[in-house]
Amino acid sequence: MTLKTLSKSALVALGLSAACLAPISAQAEKKTDFKVCWSIYVGWMPWGYIQESGIMDLHAKKYGITVEIVQINDYVESINQYTAGEYDGCSMTNMDALSIPSAGGIDTTALIIGDFSNGNDGIVLKGKDALADIKGQSVNLVELSVSHYLLARALDTVDLKEADLTVVNTSDADMVAAYTTPDVTSVVTWNPLLSEIEAFPDSHKVFDSSEIPGEIIDIMMVNTETLADNPEFGKALVAAWYDAMTLMAKETGDEAPARSAMAEASGTDLAGYNAQLATTQMFYDPADAVAFAKDEKLIDTMKFVAQFLFDHGILGDGADSPDAVGMAFPGGKTLGDTDNIKLRFDPTYMQMAVDGAL
Amino acid sequence: MRGGRPDTLMAVTHGKLTRSTRLSLGAIPFVLLIAAYAVGSHLRRLENPADKLLPPFGKMADAFWEMATVPDKRSGDLLLWSDTALSLGRLGVGIAVAALIAVSLGVLIGFVPRVRASLAPFVAAISLIPPITILPILFIIFGLGELSKVMLIVLGTAPIMTRSLAQAVIDIPREQIIKAETLGAGPWQLVQRVVLPQIWPKLVTAMRLGLVPAWIFLISAEAIASTGGLGYRIFLVRRYLAMDIIIPYVLWITLLAYTLDRLLHAFSRRAFRWAHLEGDSL
Repeated sequence: MTLKTLSKSALVALGLSAACLAPISAQAEKKTDFKVCWSIYVGWMPWGYIQESGIMDLHAKKYGITVEIVQINDYVESINQYTAGEYDGCSMTNMDALSIPSAGGIDTTALIIGDFSNGNDGIVLKGKDALADIKGQSVNLVELSVSHYLLARALDTVDLKEADLTVVNTSDADMVAAYTTPDVTSVVTWNPLLSEIEAFPDSHKVFDSSEIPGEIIDIMMVNTETLADNPEFGKALVAAWYDAMTLMAKETGDEAPARSAMAEASGTDLAGYNAQLATTQMFYDPADAVAFAKDEKLIDTMKFVAQFLFDHGILGDGADSPDAVGMAFPGGKTLGDTDNIKLRFDPTYMQMAVDGAL
Repeated sequence: MRGGRPDTLMAVTHGKLTRSTRLSLGAIPFVLLIAAYAVGSHLRRLENPADKLLPPFGKMADAFWEMATVPDKRSGDLLLWSDTALSLGRLGVGIAVAALIAVSLGVLIGFVPRVRASLAPFVAAISLIPPITILPILFIIFGLGELSKVMLIVLGTAPIMTRSLAQAVIDIPREQIIKAETLGAGPWQLVQRVVLPQIWPKLVTAMRLGLVPAWIFLISAEAIASTGGLGYRIFLVRRYLAMDIIIPYVLWITLLAYTLDRLLHAFSRRAFRWAHLEGDSL
């Protein structure tokens, strides 16, 4: 190999690797093939069912497009993939949407407000039964997650600060194993881990998300530009989602094929899945989701969330105030920097489901 | 070698390179990688100026500088240095314990046939268990604090280090042992005067090789449950895709690992000159 061919092949390799790193989608353009991702969580199991059962294909075909719904095993990785432009939409919480894609400059729209945690996230103490007893303890949780947010909100209610305790970042995969060791005395986590940990002897749930209802929201987030250029994408997703919601809402008792399929996919049985749904406020009716999006309380919630993210230094670089990333709400209301709006709560498409316009 | 040109062909495999040629050849892959990154980063930022995945070099330098010189809002620590101290401490203790185990077990296994018969298969089997898979058991035994992190490193490195030291003991020429015995040496003297002096350089080599898995286990241990450390920081900021911190941290870890390796190598060359008499070494 001469030096010339060597440098030539090096150039080719360079070009190839640069191409790999280049942005993939998220381009402002008309297209027909879309990809969204989701991860295992009680309120997002319908996405797997929608893909498996063919509901998605049915509605996509109606609008002349294809939508692929991909399950990703790691929640944070799924959001990162969406933020990197690999997917057109992704299921995530309101808080993670603000701190990851929106703070990362990806204009993101809350297309479908699926549910809010109504007891699915909680704080468990070993051997103590009052929240105030958490003072001075080491608290195991996934740092910077909704668990961390829940802890911050809980501490507010008993006049404690995060500085009054030690937060130990603990992987959710190892949370239950960690709890079985004697030196772990308090954890903040979510279901199904929460119910498992609560079931240990002498363990007390001292606070849960039902005490801050509507603050931890589970949403299908989509790229704002992609949605604007391709309204069919939004319509197909919303139509498919509320088809599944109608199915789920109708199912009661043991004859519940859709719920059973979701239970199995999440590694539990129907009873276990129903128990998780009991602490999840699902919006089966699109009208409820629209009303939730229009409620002024959502603005207050996002204010709390932005403040929490800012206090922990994760509202993006150079964020000099909690207002650095702007948010838009129904009725033209905004929060934060109006020149940098990156997160939008827009009930337009859910309203179409209410009006039967899909 | 029909039609070939023996002189140039020979030059490919036997040529002595000047120092500057060697350096510039060595730099090529690095330069290519950096250039590919720069191009990719530029393309992504044309699309989204706030792109987090491939931040520009200036932004990474700023983030790194901030980690190194600006006290953290919450703890008041200089995060880079406190993370580095925590991680190097865990790594150091882990490798030291592993080395202690490797020397004692390695000499026993290599030198005493009965011990070899009873322990060698066990150590070989243990060395094949990925320690991460039995993590919940480690938690129960060693708790969730510093001990379990160090033990993960020990479990991940001690078995392979033990095996390579045992082999080094076995490789000592039988004649030397017999000669020492004829001169009246007892078993303890044999270990002290014949075996140990010869395996010290092998121990350094085993530590250098052990450092590779040791870093991996250190980072994994810190990712699982921790309040500080290089691995902790990387997995924490990964939650909001702060590649401007992650990439410099990865480079920093690489630099630390490389420096440790070179230091051990230099130490071995200096302290055990006789062991480096022939051949090139990496």
